[in-house]
This record gives sequence, C-alpha cells and structure tokens, in this order.
Amino acid sequence: MTTPVLLFSLFAIGAIASAVLTITRRNPVAAAMSLVGHFFMLTGLYLTLNAQFVAAVQVLVYAGAIMVLVVFVIMLLNVGNEQHLSEKPGMRKTVGTLLAVLFAAQIIGVTTARPTGMTALPDSSVAIGTTEAIGQSLFTTYLFPFEAVSILLLAALIGSVILAKRQLS
Amino acid sequence: MDWIDFAIIVAKGGILVNAMLIAAAYMVLAERKIAAWIQNRIGPNRVGPWGLFQSFADVFKLYLKEDVVPAAADYRFHALAPVISIAVAITVYAVIPWSDAVEIGGRMISLTMAPDMNVALLVILAMTSVGVYGVALAGWSSNNKYSLMGGLRSSAQMISYELSMGLSIIGVVMIAGSLNLVDIIRGQSAGAWNVFYQPIAFIIFLVTALAETNRAPFDLPEAEPELVGGYHTEYSGMKFGLLYLAEYANMLASSAIMATLFLGGWDIIPFLDDATILGLEPGSLPLVLLQHGAFVGKSLLLVFVFIWIRWSLPRFRYDQLMNLGWKILLPLSLANIAVTGTVMLLLNR
Repeated sequence: MTTPVLLFSLFAIGAIASAVLTITRRNPVAAAMSLVGHFFMLTGLYLTLNAQFVAAVQVLVYAGAIMVLVVFVIMLLNVGNEQHLSEKPGMRKTVGTLLAVLFAAQIIGVTTARPTGMTALPDSSVAIGTTEAIGQSLFTTYLFPFEAVSILLLAALIGSVILAKRQLS
Repeated sequence: MDWIDFAIIVAKGGILVNAMLIAAAYMVLAERKIAAWIQNRIGPNRVGPWGLFQSFADVFKLYLKEDVVPAAADYRFHALAPVISIAVAITVYAVIPWSDAVEIGGRMISLTMAPDMNVALLVILAMTSVGVYGVALAGWSSNNKYSLMGGLRSSAQMISYELSMGLSIIGVVMIAGSLNLVDIIRGQSAGAWNVFYQPIAFIIFLVTALAETNRAPFDLPEAEPELVGGYHTEYSGMKFGLLYLAEYANMLASSAIMATLFLGGWDIIPFLDDATILGLEPGSLPLVLLQHGAFVGKSLLLVFVFIWIRWSLPRFRYDQLMNLGWKILLPLSLANIAVTGTVMLLLNR
C-alpha cells in the first residue's frame, strides 16, 4: 500500500467515523465538534487528491466560519442534551429505512460491479488544484455561473438584512 | 524522500515547537518588564540576573499546580480547549517563512516546515478562524457564566474581525500575484516593502490582529473587571498555562505574518538589494542567517508594538468594538481593494 492510498484510507475512515458521531451524539456541542472533525478529515481527503485550494477553503469556510456560527448559536441558546425520540415506527420511518437500504445496495452494487482499480493521480492534477488554475477557470470558462451564484448570494444577503431589520421600519 | 530528509523535517519541527514555547514564555516576561517600564516600576527582578529566569519559574509553577476541573464542567471539552488553542498556534508556525532556503550538502534547507506552499496565506487565515474553537469551547465547557460570556464575546469578535483581516490581505495578494508567502517576500525584496504601497491595509491588519489575538484594547473576552478572567476563569495548572502560552504564541505569529506581508519579510534593507549592498552571495549561509535575524527582529519589534498598545490604550466598549469592526474597518478594507485594483489597472501592472 503506497503512502497516498494509506493516507486516503485513514482520512476516509476518520471522515465516516466523525460523520457517524455527528448523528449519534446527544450533546449538541459534541455533535457540532464531530462535524468540525469531519470537515478536517475531508480537508485531508482533498489534499491527497492534490486539491490544495479547495482544502484550504474547506477549513476556512466550513470549519472556520459556518461551524463557528453553529457553535456560537448552540452556546448562546444554551441547548441541553437532545431527548430520546419516542417515535413509533410509522409510515415515515418505514419508507425512510427502505430508501436507505436501497441507497446502500446501489452504492455497493456500483462499486463492486466494475472495479476501476487504483490508478495514481496524473501529474497534471497538481496544476489543476492551485488557486491560479481555479481562478482562471472561474473567471473565463465558468464566468456566467459564477456571476449567477454571486447574484443569488447577494439576494440572500439583502433578504437576511431585511428580515433582521423588519421591526425598525 | 530518504531518511536524511525525514530527519531534517523532524529536527525542524522540534526546533520550531521548542522555540515557539520558549519565545512565548519570554514574551510574558517582556510584557511584564515593558509594562513596568511604562508604569515607572522595576518589574520582575528576583529570579536570575535582571529576572531573566522568571519565565522558567512561572512555567515550573504552573506544572506543579493542582489541575482543578469544576464538578459541573464538561471535562472532555474542558481538556480539549487548550489543546485546540496550542495546536492551531503550532500549525501557523509551520507555514511562516522564517528563513530563505540555503544549500547545504546538495539540499535546499530552510527553517520553514512547509516552504513554497501554494496556499500558505489561506492556511494562515483558516487556522486563525479555527482558533476561535479553543476560546469558545473553554468558555462553554467550564459551565460558568463569566466563562461563557467570555467565550461568546470572543467568538463574536473574531467572526467580525476575520472578514476585515482577510479583505485587508487581498491588496497585498494582488500586488504579489501569489498566495505563496515566499513569493510575496521575493516580490518585496527587490523594490519597496508592501507597507509603502498598502499603508491602510497594514493599519487594518494591525487592528484586526489585535482583535484576533484578544489583546488590549480588544481584550473584552477576558475583561477582568466584568468577567473575572473571561474564558479561562475555571482553568488552572498547565491547562491555563497552555491557553496563556497560545495567546502569546499567536501574538508572535501575527507579528511574523505582518512582517512577511507588509515589512518585506527577511529583506534587510528596503528599496535595495541586500546581496549587492552587503557584498554577500545570494543564497549563501551568512546572508540567509542575517536575513533570518532581520525577520525575527521585525517580528519582535511588532510584538513590542502589541505590548506598547496594551499598556497605553483603555479597553473598548462592546458597541464601540462592533461599530469599529463592521462600520469602519470592513468598508475601509473593501475601498482599499477597489483603489488598489484601479491603480494597478491604470499603471498597467
């Protein structure tokens, strides 16, 4: 087993473990911190795939900004431990379980049907993951989607300001 | 990679971590000495000549103290918070370009753990934003209302000032055309330092760095008249020591980043080429050592500015802090980007 594959497996196992912990922890802060751990594992995965920019932004945006806000709100509201759900097995749970089983079966089917084998990343992948390369493609090839997303974000920003300021007018 | 490369990396890591912890301990002493000087006192002078061993005595005392964890505290997060704080500080130290690379025995060796990293600046920004977990978790897990208030204040303050910090750097990145810290330094060593092109960005970065490291006049998270000790009220022993050292380590890291981005990094003489003035071969060991000294000197000078500001200015009120962050620094940093872009377009650079 080569070093990149070993690292990839380590981070993948860590990512799955922390994702499971995020769902199973009853304490909201513990769940949120597990999600932060998950984001760091994803960062490791991105780095093994030569995506440096995405890795740095993953920590900067998800772990550093979004999850800090989540933790902040949990602390501000002083949320206690989650109560055990006393839901009876009904229509929703049955359908959900069936869908989950179907999804799992599909994933297993797809990954085992045609094993692609482990091929090393091409050397050109290093150049694709840099900030320059991503900036170039964002502002040339994908300029329209990029601007469309900017307008969407601006609309959301204005909407949140209006929602927060509603009482003043 | 053979075993010699591996040994070099391990040795560099050991040097950096130990240098960082000793520097942080001595910065505590420097803080006390300079505070005494500003307040016309003598300061610590009992342990060793001029009180120079005071730092070791302090750390030794913290090691020997009993580690008290409040009964109602969440003990796991209570123990995790100082670890996060110090780990984030160490990670930033791995990226800071402490010295230029020098060729020894056919290998290019520099004191930086991760030299020539394509996204080094983003890593630093990411790590400063992750650092807030240490403070926030310390405040929350202590189960004490003063600690919680300190943690909340710190989170709000760091989220607010992070934006201006990130935006103030963009001007420098536009001039250098790179997020690689070594490239940013090389861009400055030939001509003028960035502080001459980007004075406003430098001031914004200095102010936001004060806020991000919870230093006075932005030390609301640990405002002692209101919050006892803020987020570390319920900490004792070496856990408190780690939070404290992380704070000083972050201060040195911010200073080193400012020296890199705005003060030419390891460049000794502004406007001129070091190698020709000093008559030394570019990339030779004496020149690299001199430049390393210049870099450390600039960083320590900025650390002195941090301490000087702390003992000169009173603390902000909370609304003043938020107004300064959102209504002055953020628009100013945006305007700085617009002006930098326009000027670069007009000069056709």
